[in-house]
Order: sequence, then C-alpha cells, then structure tokens
Amino acid sequence: MEKITFQINDREVEARPGWTVLETAREYGIEIPTLCFHEAVLPSGACRLCMVEIKDGDWSKLVASCIYPAAKGINVYTETERVSNVRRWIFEMLLAQVPASPEIADLAARYGVTRTRFPVKDPEEMCMLCGLCQRVCEEVVGLSAISTVDRGVHKRVGAPFLRPSDVCVACGCCVNICPTGAMRALFDSIRGETKTTLTQLTA
Amino acid sequence: MSDSTAAKLQTPWRLTSPGDLETLRNDIIESQDPNRPTIVVCHGNGCLAGGGAKVAEAFRQGLSDAGINAKLMPGVKTTGCQGLCSRGPLVTIQPHGFCYQRVQPGDAAEIIEKSVMATEPVERLMHRDTKTGEVFHTEEEIPFYRLQERRVIQKIGKIDPTDITDAIATGAYSSLAKVLSTMTPQEVVLEMEKSGLRGRGGAGFPTGRKWRSALQAIEKKGRPVYVVVNGDEGDPGAFMDGAIMEGDPHAVLEGLIIGAYALGAEKGYLYVRAEYPMAIKHLEMAMAQARSYGLMGENILNSGFSFDARINRGAGAFVCGESTALFTSIEGKAGNPRPKYVRSVEEGLWGRPTVLNNVETWANIPLIMGMGGEEYAKIGVPHSTGTKVFCLVGKVENVGLVEVPMGTPMTRIVEDIGGGVGGGKPFKAVQTGGPSGGCIPYSLKDTPVDFDSLTKVGSMMGSGAMIVMDETDCVVDVGRYFLKFLEEESCGKCIPCRLGLSRMREILDNFSQGKGSAADIEDLTSLSNALKDGALCALGSSAPNPVLTTIRYFKDEYLAHVEDHKCPAGVCKSLITFAIDPEKCNGCMSCARNCPAECITGKKKEPHAIDASQCLRCGICLETCKFDAIFVS
Ligand SMILES: Cc1cc2nc3c(=O)[nH]c(=O)nc-3n(C[C@H](O)[C@H](O)[C@H](O)COP(=O)(O)O)c2cc1C
Ligand code: SF4
Ligand code: SF4
Ligand code: FES
Repeated sequence: MEKITFQINDREVEARPGWTVLETAREYGIEIPTLCFHEAVLPSGACRLCMVEIKDGDWSKLVASCIYPAAKGINVYTETERVSNVRRWIFEMLLAQVPASPEIADLAARYGVTRTRFPVKDPEEMCMLCGLCQRVCEEVVGLSAISTVDRGVHKRVGAPFLRPSDVCVACGCCVNICPTGAMRALFDSIRGETKTTLTQLTA
Repeated sequence: MSDSTAAKLQTPWRLTSPGDLETLRNDIIESQDPNRPTIVVCHGNGCLAGGGAKVAEAFRQGLSDAGINAKLMPGVKTTGCQGLCSRGPLVTIQPHGFCYQRVQPGDAAEIIEKSVMATEPVERLMHRDTKTGEVFHTEEEIPFYRLQERRVIQKIGKIDPTDITDAIATGAYSSLAKVLSTMTPQEVVLEMEKSGLRGRGGAGFPTGRKWRSALQAIEKKGRPVYVVVNGDEGDPGAFMDGAIMEGDPHAVLEGLIIGAYALGAEKGYLYVRAEYPMAIKHLEMAMAQARSYGLMGENILNSGFSFDARINRGAGAFVCGESTALFTSIEGKAGNPRPKYVRSVEEGLWGRPTVLNNVETWANIPLIMGMGGEEYAKIGVPHSTGTKVFCLVGKVENVGLVEVPMGTPMTRIVEDIGGGVGGGKPFKAVQTGGPSGGCIPYSLKDTPVDFDSLTKVGSMMGSGAMIVMDETDCVVDVGRYFLKFLEEESCGKCIPCRLGLSRMREILDNFSQGKGSAADIEDLTSLSNALKDGALCALGSSAPNPVLTTIRYFKDEYLAHVEDHKCPAGVCKSLITFAIDPEKCNGCMSCARNCPAECITGKKKEPHAIDASQCLRCGICLETCKFDAIFVS
C-alpha cells in the first residue's frame, strides 16, 4: 500500500492509509496529550485535548488529531499558541471539574497547568465524561451496560436509567480503561447483584 | 367560467406535461374574478396569537349578516405571515389593497360596509407613521413594505397555503415544469453555480458548489443520494423559515424536487422543528396536493423522473439543526453531532451522499430556475447574490418579516424599514446571527448586510434573526442570555462546550454583580478563543461570538461593571438602585400598592420613598408610575 507523506512540526512523516494524525505522531514519538482516546475502541473526538493546528500559508485551522485522517502534504503543528490555548483552558476547567483525580492533575502539570481560576463544584468528582467506559463496554465487551444519561451540562455516566444494569457481568473493563479512576467509584452503581467483587477482578 | 372549467377545478387531475400545468393555471385564473373583493386575513403566528382566527370568523359572520351570497363572494381567505407582525392582526382587502392593522372582531362590520361593499378606507385602522402621523392605505405606500424587495416571500401573505390552486395561479411549479422539460440535471447544477447562491442556514456555503461535489461523490459511490430540507430553525428571534414553510410550502417543495432532479435523488426528507405544527401541517397538505396533481411522486409530469419526500419531526434540540446531528436524528438515534472530518455530500444520511440545504435556500431554487442563474446573480452584491429574509425583532418599531437584497446597509433595514427604536433615538446595537452571531454597534450602522461584510465586523449572517437593541439593553446581560440558551442546548459531548459555556457564563454572572477585574475580561477573551478553536461542532465554536463582539465594541461597558460597579444600561440588578424623584411624585400611591417587597412608603399626595435595602429591583414600580417619577441609577 502506498504511504502517505506529510509534515508534523516541520518533520517529514509517513503514514499508512487509514491512519490518523495522532497515530502517525505516536509512531514517531511526537507527544500529543489525549484523554478520550484508547487503542481498544473507536476514537470519539470528545475531549479536544489532542487538537493540532494545520497550516497552509496564511490559512490555518485546528483539528482533533485522533480523528483527523493523515493526508498527503498537510503541515501539522502540535505546539502552536492556539493549540496551547485550547489545552490550557481544557486543563484549567478539568482541574476544577474533577479535582479528585490525581491522573488529571498529573497530566495537566506535565503541560504546565497547576492551578485553575475556576471554583471547584464538587471536590469528590472524578469523571470527566470521556466516554471510554461506555465505548469499551459497547464495542469490546459487547454489552452496552453503561450509557450517558441526560445531555449537555447535566450529562452523567451510569447504567441506563441510572438503575443497576441487568446485563453487566462485572468484567471490569470499564474500570481498567477509565483514565481518571472515576469508574472505580461508579462501578457498584452499575453492576447489579453479582458474585464477583472488584478486588477479585483488579487484583 | 365555463362549466367544464369549473368541473375540472373541482377534482385534481393528474398533469402529464408542462402544457397541462399551463392549462390548469389559466383555468384557475379564468375562474377567478379579479374584481371580486377578498378579505385576506393573516394567519401567521403573530397575528393568530393576537386573535387572527377570531377576526377571520367575524368577517365570515359579517358577510353572512350583510346577506352577501357566499357562493358569489366566498370572500375570506387566510394566509401565512403578511410581515408586519407587531401591528397584527393584519387584514388586507383586495383588489384595491387596503391594509388594516390591529383589527379586532368588532371592526369587521365597518370594514365590510366601507371597504368591501364600497371602496372607502377606514383610516383609523390603517398604518400611521408614528413620527409624522401620515396615514398609508396600501402595502405599496407603507415604507415597511415599499422599501423591501420581496422575492422569496413574495407570495407569503397573499396565497392560501392550504390550496395548491392558489399557488399554481401565481406560478408555482412552473420552474419545475421548465426544468423537467428543457434542462438536463447537469444544466441545473450549472445554473446554480452561475447564480452564486449561498446557503441561507448560517454558514453561507455556495449551494452550486455543494451540489457539484455531491455529483462527484455520486460518481465515486453511486446512488442512492438524498436531498434534505433543514427546517429545524431554533435561533431565538428567528421565524423566517417557519413563515416560509407555513405561508408558501410549495416553494420549498418545488425547490426540493428540482434539486432531487439535478442530483438524481428519489427520496427526500424535510426535517421540521417539532414546535412548528402549522408548518408541518401545511407541508403535509402541500405534498398530498402536489402528489394528486402529479407534481410529486411517480413519473412527475410524465418526465420519467420520480421523487417523493417525507417529513421528520425535529427532536426538539437546537443542536439537531447542525447537519450531522440532523442526520443522526433522522436515522432514529440521539441527535448529536458526529465527530468526523467527512463532508456530508460524501457521507451524509445513512452514510450516503446527501445534500442538505436550509428552507430558504430551497425556496430560492424555483426563482433561480425561473429567471436563470446569471440574471439572479445580478441581485445583491457580487459575493452575496440574491435577497435575504430577516426577522426584525427587539427594540424596533416594526417587528416582522423583511426581505432585502444582500448588501443592503444595516441602517436601511433597521431605521427605514424597521422604523428605528422609536422616539427618534439611535439604536445601540444589532445582533445578527442569533446566539452564534455578533453585536454590531451603531457606529457601524452603514455595514452592508451580506455574508462577508458581517464576518468582517466579527458577526455573521446566521440564519437571519436581527435583534435590535437600545440603550436599555446591557451587553453583559445580552451575553449571559445567549450563553444560558446554548448551555441548555449543548449536547455535552465535547469538553470545551460542555464545561466552557458555563464557565464563560459564570464570569459574566460575576460581571453583572460588579465582581471581577479587567484581567477577567482578558481571560474571558482567551477562553472564548479556546472554544472557537476547540469545540467539536459549530454550536460550541460559534458560541463565543456575542461575547467577543461586545468586548470588541463595548469594552467600556464591561469596564463600568467591573471597575465602577455600574451597569450603564440599568439592567444588572445588583448594580442599580431605584429611587423616586420628589419633584415628580404626586403621591398617587400606585407604586406602594404594587411593590411586592412593600418597601415604598409615603403619605397620600406626598412624595414617596423607596427603602433601597429592602428593594428587590423587580422594576414593577417603574412600570406602574404614570408620572415618570421613578428612576434607575
Ligand atoms: C448548532 C447549529 C444549529 C443549526 N441550526 C440550523 C437550522 O435550524 N436550520 C438550518 O438551515 N441550518 C442550521 N444550521 C446549519 C446547518 O448545519 C447547515 O449548515 C445548513 O443546514 C446547510 O444548509 P445551507 O447551505 O442551505 O445553509 C445549524 C448549525 C449549527 C452548528
Ligand atoms: S467513568 Fe472514567 S472512563 Fe467513564 S466517562 Fe468517566 S472518566 Fe471516562
Ligand atoms: S460543541 Fe457543544 S453541541 Fe457541539 S459537539 Fe461539542 S458539546 Fe456538543
Ligand atoms: S483524544 Fe482526540 S478528542 Fe479526545
């Protein structure tokens, strides 16, 4: 198959057909932060942390690298002012939204964001609604025991209708994939009465 | 009218050629006596809310009371929005065109006696200029109508939208007949490209180019291809698409069928906002009638081309108007935007090539095919051709439906057609493009209203809502209003929009309470840019526009809130106080009686006073005082 050649940060890279910009960057060890991306499931473009800038002369736009297909001749930049601005605000908002997640705090710190201008709403909150748990349950486990409830600012993750799920087999895939540790706390509310326990699973 | 003509008009007959359509049209016109008086009662939403249905009933009753034979003179016709909504219920008497405003059922008898039985005007119900007192008798005289160029909405308010013969008499489906009998699909697309038409749904993408890329996608992927009408109109203040679907549904259908022919589509969808039951009803009636005349369905006008469409009720969310969310909604899933970098002409409905256009875009197609693309391109300005329909709302004398050529200066629309904000004062700003658009200040009042000029000043065309503001509107409050609206409408999928909209609103909430600093204004700008660059769909990425433009043009007003703790417009409750001017107060006690906090005291016929510490700042006293004695500071 023919390779796709393009540039990331002025460096020439090659991608296989079907690759995204993010996959290509990772292949070359170029760092792009992500939260809602995981190799095991389809990309969803939800967290917007993986934004990169594509430039063509005076023209430029920001795209989510996890879903943007590698294309011949494009010029991708991963560390521009606009990219950093998006990252900075996402991190600041996450620090206030999921203050209980050390994973998020660590990632933000790696990109130089250690404080937030926003007041904390719920000091216990850990879920930032990346949707990975839901996708792994649907796409990999094949059960769809997890869904998002409500929409917009009221959106939450849980079992459908927020009642313990009948179909959950307590496999724990969602707990493992969750990047913030939130699912550990949510797990009991999703699985119904099962024999296995979380300690058995993750031990 | 000959008996055979009458008989033919009784039942629809299947038209099998463009000639048949022409014959039918002539028959209809022949059957109508041009001198027969007709009472045309507006049944647009504004007039219905004002009692339009009762007015129509009163006229019907009045005619029968006057002993007028209903057969000879059926008399009363109801139409879609006649345009001047703020002066409804509207009634026009044809053929001489007398325009009556704010008509009440009790006025029917007098109008029948003077203007129907005779040709005398009833001036007390006619349009009176608020400044000069001049009285205008007909649409042709009233500046609101005279200064417009009504093409797309030309028939709205004139025809009965539930009767296809009324539409056919005014030329409906003649462009379709012309296209099917004389043009190849390629030629239709070429005419579209020549016309320069840009989509009226917000982004202004060239329609001809969209159709051309759809043809290319079809070449690669084959058929089926779908044509879709976006009738999900949900911007606050916008009602033009609703007015078009309700008032002239055939224009939308005719455009859609022409588009389907150009692309070789056999099936189409009309996605209509659920809160528009009348639009849905009128479109359904129009489709049923078009089918029975052979203008839609199998083998249209015996051309060999078949096409049918169905209506989908919107899922009730603003974001469902976004193209990919609209597709997922039609497919029966939750209407969320698709996170994919593919164009819907290639991969739209059910992954098939799809052409989605806005209601007004579709309604332009019959005009373009009628006059030819080149002729159409002469209307408006070079990169924004044709006309645009606007909903003029807010602090403006004439609230209503306005159509002008692209490139018309803002001031002509707001002041000359709209009559300005009243009291001879200049307007403060005009918000175009709804929650995705921006605020244009009075100093830019001569800005030509076209796609590129509006973008240049930081706003956008959007769908066509034009909200006029005066000095009693606060820009911080306006920003909060739009952000609150979008916060409720965000699908919540991506972080910048889900979290960013509330955080932006919180910063504005602080401003409205006099909290914050100039640095917060900088942060707000920078956060706005993060949303613009980072959000997944245009709901989130265009959401900061009202805030960004008001910061650009009204920075002082922001600073007044955070630095002086004042709201110059007197809107932000935490920053204003109500007081009574003892010179003007005559002690009528009406404010004291109405104050819910009971914090106004004073003896009868003596000046009153407000206890500011108890005051809720509800503004009720301000409204009740007849002597202008209460002021806000
Ligand atoms: C949040 C959101 C809401 C939208 N709502 C509408 C709508 O109600 N009607 C509409 O025609 N276009 C709407 N659009 C624009 C559509 O996505 C699309 O661009 C348009 O229907 C294309 O038609 P046009 O090229 O004829 O304008 C909306 C876009 C967004 C991002
Ligand atoms: S529980 Fe974890 S994996 Fe699931 S949406 Fe929340 S943060 Fe993402
Ligand atoms: S920008 Fe808002 S509406 Fe659009 S996908 Fe993101 S959360 Fe949903
Ligand atoms: S990793 Fe790309 S949007 Fe989340």
